[in-house]
Amino acid sequence: MGRAKLPRKSTSIDMTAMCDVAFLLLSFFILTTKFKPSEAIAVVTPKSVAAKVAPTKDIVEIIIDKDGKVFLTLDDENIKEIMVNTLNNTKSLGLNPTAFKKAQFFGAPFSGLASFLALPEEQRKGNLLPGIPVKDSSNNELTVWMTLVRDAYQGKKPNILLKGDNLAKYPAFKSVVDAFKKNDFLKFQMVTNPVSIPVGTDLWKKTQAGEKRDE
Amino acid sequence: MAEMDTSSGGGHKKGPGVKKGKKLSTRVDLTPMVDLGFLLITFFIFTTTMSQATAMKLILPKDADKPEDQNKAKQSGVITILLGKDNNVFYYEGELDNSASNFKTSNFKDIRDVLIKKKNSVAELKDFVVILKPSEECTYRNVVDILDEMTINVCTRYALVDITPIETQLVKKTEEIAATSPGQ
Repeated sequence: MGRAKLPRKSTSIDMTAMCDVAFLLLSFFILTTKFKPSEAIAVVTPKSVAAKVAPTKDIVEIIIDKDGKVFLTLDDENIKEIMVNTLNNTKSLGLNPTAFKKAQFFGAPFSGLASFLALPEEQRKGNLLPGIPVKDSSNNELTVWMTLVRDAYQGKKPNILLKGDNLAKYPAFKSVVDAFKKNDFLKFQMVTNPVSIPVGTDLWKKTQAGEKRDE
Repeated sequence: MAEMDTSSGGGHKKGPGVKKGKKLSTRVDLTPMVDLGFLLITFFIFTTTMSQATAMKLILPKDADKPEDQNKAKQSGVITILLGKDNNVFYYEGELDNSASNFKTSNFKDIRDVLIKKKNSVAELKDFVVILKPSEECTYRNVVDILDEMTINVCTRYALVDITPIETQLVKKTEEIAATSPGQ
């Protein structure tokens, strides 16, 4: 009796499609990965349990590097325009408005700001710049900067961020905070790297109980 | 697995000595390539760190010029933490003695237990106040760490206060003793 013979099927599968998918995914991941922009000012931020993501819009960021030098960053070009006009009018520094607007950060005393802006962008490296002078409490230039920021924002509240280096000394931090206080910026946020909450602490118990953290 | 067609049989034989061009299959085994592809994907996924910076909020008090405007805290619930250099932490409870006998040395690891103990020993939670006095020598990291400690231990009332000259002296002296004494 002739049994119906099952055709012998090959066990090998065509891998081409799978290979396509794999490399498509690979190229997708590679292309969508955003590299951290190399920062002109090297700052290693401390860790904290804070879970709130730092804001990215309307930010005024003050950076303290490891030597305690202070830099200022703004993201809104309109605000910068107002600031440069005020600066040129009140202090007659003769700043180039375009260069001021394009500058990623400011890190020079007012007297040297014009020459700072004349530097090409790639030569503005945090370790070579003097930073905004804050040490002298009677002549804390950051106070002037913060007044400029406050006036430029005209009552709107910018997100004030403070990004300090692990090794920055406390006096630098204090003079920055003093500059904030003098301009009634009483709320600010410190940029940190997240760490998990230590087990067994009160905060940990609170989060375990499902309570919302007030931040 | 994909196969290479190397069979030369089947076709009609040419005479001996006649070399036949081998018919090679154009199909390539793509399995290793897929393996490699997924290996790379996994590698990239695992090595990518989500570097989303977080922010901790700090709300400053307005400077009170008049002494009567300043907040008063009950002595029994107050603990003062001083930050020295090289991650040294000092603390005292209540007010500082004349002889500084309640001035104690600690570090960032132990300060949590100190805070928890103090917090539990205070009768009313609203009397529990932590005063933070960073000295000139401590780093920004120390300040953030101790503020973080406040969040971790749910200390709702704390204040950053300037260090007094007496305390600076004490911190310096204690640090010197610790530095010279052996075994420390």
